[in-house]
Amino acid sequence: MDRQQLRSPLGRAVGPGSAKEGVEHWWAQRVTAVALILLGLWFAASLVALAGADRAQVLRWLHEPLPAILTILTVIALFYHGALGLQVVIEDYVHSEWLKISSLVVMRLVSVALAVAGIFAVLRIAFGG
Amino acid sequence: MTPAERPLSPFQLGTIYKLQLTSMLSLNHRATGIFLSVGSPFLVWWLVAAATGDHAFAAARWFFGSWLGLLMLLGWTFSFFYHLCNGIRHLVWDAGYGFELRTAYASGWTVVAASGALTVIAYAAGLLVRG
Repeated sequence: MDRQQLRSPLGRAVGPGSAKEGVEHWWAQRVTAVALILLGLWFAASLVALAGADRAQVLRWLHEPLPAILTILTVIALFYHGALGLQVVIEDYVHSEWLKISSLVVMRLVSVALAVAGIFAVLRIAFGG
Repeated sequence: MTPAERPLSPFQLGTIYKLQLTSMLSLNHRATGIFLSVGSPFLVWWLVAAATGDHAFAAARWFFGSWLGLLMLLGWTFSFFYHLCNGIRHLVWDAGYGFELRTAYASGWTVVAASGALTVIAYAAGLLVRG
């Protein structure tokens, strides 16, 4: 028997469905966006101040706790927000199912790998001698 | 089952839908987002190079100071400020405000002006600091 027929019309209309989720992506995109308004402006201003900087200047900058912490937060928010955005782009434009799934997997893995590399680099500088 | 050959969203622009400020800004939000994502590995490269050593950092520094690097930095600067300004416009919409046609156009032109001005200011400041 068709499962749908076991549910009342009201149940079908208001039922949350099997997943009971779906707004997480939307919310995460907004929360990271708000975080990136502040972090992004701070980071952009820092990069302008460091334009053409040599390595010693960059090391001195990231050796301070506050810039190191804010840079790590920027990297996390940036790659999280970027992965959420690229996911929508891939879902919108890649119509072949296997290509879509594999693009999503590769994009996620690359995003996480780049974020970890960035965080590790900042920590290495921050805790380095 | 073969899906019907219907025109898909982005390719209706210009042929079926008239080009207008609002749709161009929406398209550009996505384009700048993609371009910023392309830039993110370069940011990580810069950080990792600084953590690695003088030789690695010299290579990154050389790239960002080259004409291609400076051009890409200009593109990232504009993309950042555009995506930031238009992103705030989107957050205001998410809160339920600014949907009137006049308001949507006014906020749209504000985004164009603000992101253009911020790009010029930030890039010029960068060039000045760089010397």
